Amino acid sequence: MTSVLVLIESDQGSMAPASHEALTFAREFAASAGLAVNAIVFGPESGMAAEAGTYGAATVHVADHPQLDDFGPEAWGETLAQAITQTAPAVVVACGTDRGNEVMAQAAARLDLPFVANCTEVDPGAGEMTRSQWGGSLLERVTLDASTKLLSVAPHAFEASPAAAPGAGMMMPFAPTLDDSLARTKITDRVVLSSGVTLSTAPVVIGGGRGVGSAEAYAPLEELAALLGGRVGCSRAVTNNGWRPHSDQVGQTGTRIAPELYIACGISGAIQHWVGAKASKNILAINTDNEANMVTKAGHAVIGDLHTLIPAITAEVKKRKGL
Amino acid sequence: MRILTLIKRVPAPGARINVTDDEQSVNTANLGFTMSPHEECAVEGAVQLIEQHGGESTVLTLGPAEAEEQLRYAASIGINQAVLMDNGGEDWDPQRTAKAIGDAIEQLEAEDGPFDLILFGNESADSGGFQVGVRVAHRLGRPMVNGIKGIEVSDDTVTARREVDAGVEVYELPRPAILGVKEGLNLPRYPTMKGRLASKKVEIGAVAAVADAGGQAKVRLLRPVETVSETVVLGTDENAAPAVVDLLEELGVL
Repeated sequence: MTSVLVLIESDQGSMAPASHEALTFAREFAASAGLAVNAIVFGPESGMAAEAGTYGAATVHVADHPQLDDFGPEAWGETLAQAITQTAPAVVVACGTDRGNEVMAQAAARLDLPFVANCTEVDPGAGEMTRSQWGGSLLERVTLDASTKLLSVAPHAFEASPAAAPGAGMMMPFAPTLDDSLARTKITDRVVLSSGVTLSTAPVVIGGGRGVGSAEAYAPLEELAALLGGRVGCSRAVTNNGWRPHSDQVGQTGTRIAPELYIACGISGAIQHWVGAKASKNILAINTDNEANMVTKAGHAVIGDLHTLIPAITAEVKKRKGL
Repeated sequence: MRILTLIKRVPAPGARINVTDDEQSVNTANLGFTMSPHEECAVEGAVQLIEQHGGESTVLTLGPAEAEEQLRYAASIGINQAVLMDNGGEDWDPQRTAKAIGDAIEQLEAEDGPFDLILFGNESADSGGFQVGVRVAHRLGRPMVNGIKGIEVSDDTVTARREVDAGVEVYELPRPAILGVKEGLNLPRYPTMKGRLASKKVEIGAVAAVADAGGQAKVRLLRPVETVSETVVLGTDENAAPAVVDLLEELGVL
């Protein structure tokens, strides 16, 4: 039985949540196409095979090699290419994260196969697929002429859910042949900058736009974010002004967020910001302009000045928390 | 040191993107053009590295003749040489694009010597294929890392920093190397009047754009379905604070 092979993205032995989306997509696609779901994990096995099983993977290829004990795009891409050659899957799926797209591109280059990044819809049989352009504000339908179809699924396009009938998650050792030279792109060092919640994992993100007015004026947003266990984000105009670091930027060229609640303060909602925020489960827009894009697209809005409203919300939160 | 930066002419991001009647391309009637934001930072990065280490920088694009505008913009902020691969503005698939660019780099290197560093944008702002740089690197047999927001160059190596969720990953690549860079690498400068004038005199070199189509074919472009949500207005000004906090409680985020 031919298969769908899922690239499991991991960091130091932990599976990336994005891979749950790839596995969920692969399971549903495989069911409609009559294919088996298999997966490949990298590095020493650390429970990821069983985890992939809960999302429906039948066989999990455990690729182990000294070069795979930390991330390196060339070693991972070459390993994936060898696994594809040996197991001849019909379709290979990753989640369209930085690493997912990079490793798929490396494998595609090595096999000289096409690779379709950030799919939002795939026909059973993979005859046609729809992919994101412009960070998701435009879609492209494509066909693929390829023996094995390589694709990534757009982040947040498919909601992750464990399988009703879990897969066996049976481990199969896979020993790639890796030239020593491939170690040239392996991670050599890491700098940990934040512990705790990050922009992409925070349950609440408070975004500030041009309307905040200055770098200093973010202090009330920071205070409220801290009270709610959230993080402060910002728009592209803000990083271009030098008010916040680029790592805080939400949007097409920044971070894609998907919090329970996004509070967008003084953000007009240009399309390149919207595509980074639209996966939020709920959006509250705070803006003086009741016709701003962010206001009309949000589920909830307050029409008013963030400079007086944010401190008032903070005071009300403290009151209810008894602080 | 010699640095090559690859850029792509794209409609300016920010505006609503509409599709032509034949659903084959973006309707650019009311749009301005720019290079992809990641690539603006790549160009600025190349200029800064040459300022620090000396040498020469080149910018190369595959696109329509009008992409001369983006090549001259790069020259106006300090890039020394510009090369256009005119493909008539056709929308080429990633394999075809990478093949043509790989051929062009081999030709440029045969004429003027190897590039120590080649910079791509992490992905183009429009088609967003996330792969052309990686394919070119594999073809040239060079190390490549994507998603880079910090670059330092020494005699033998290039140190590249990649921002991840909770910190930074560091990579040490032997030269010559290829990097895919992201916005945030730097804050690109604006061209000076002197730079603008000088860029008008830069001779635009030409390399033929020839490659067979790859395995991905476009059927059509379409706009995503927009879910229209009715916005519930919780109030105006600070009087709305209790209603906002009610919402926080309701969503379980208080």
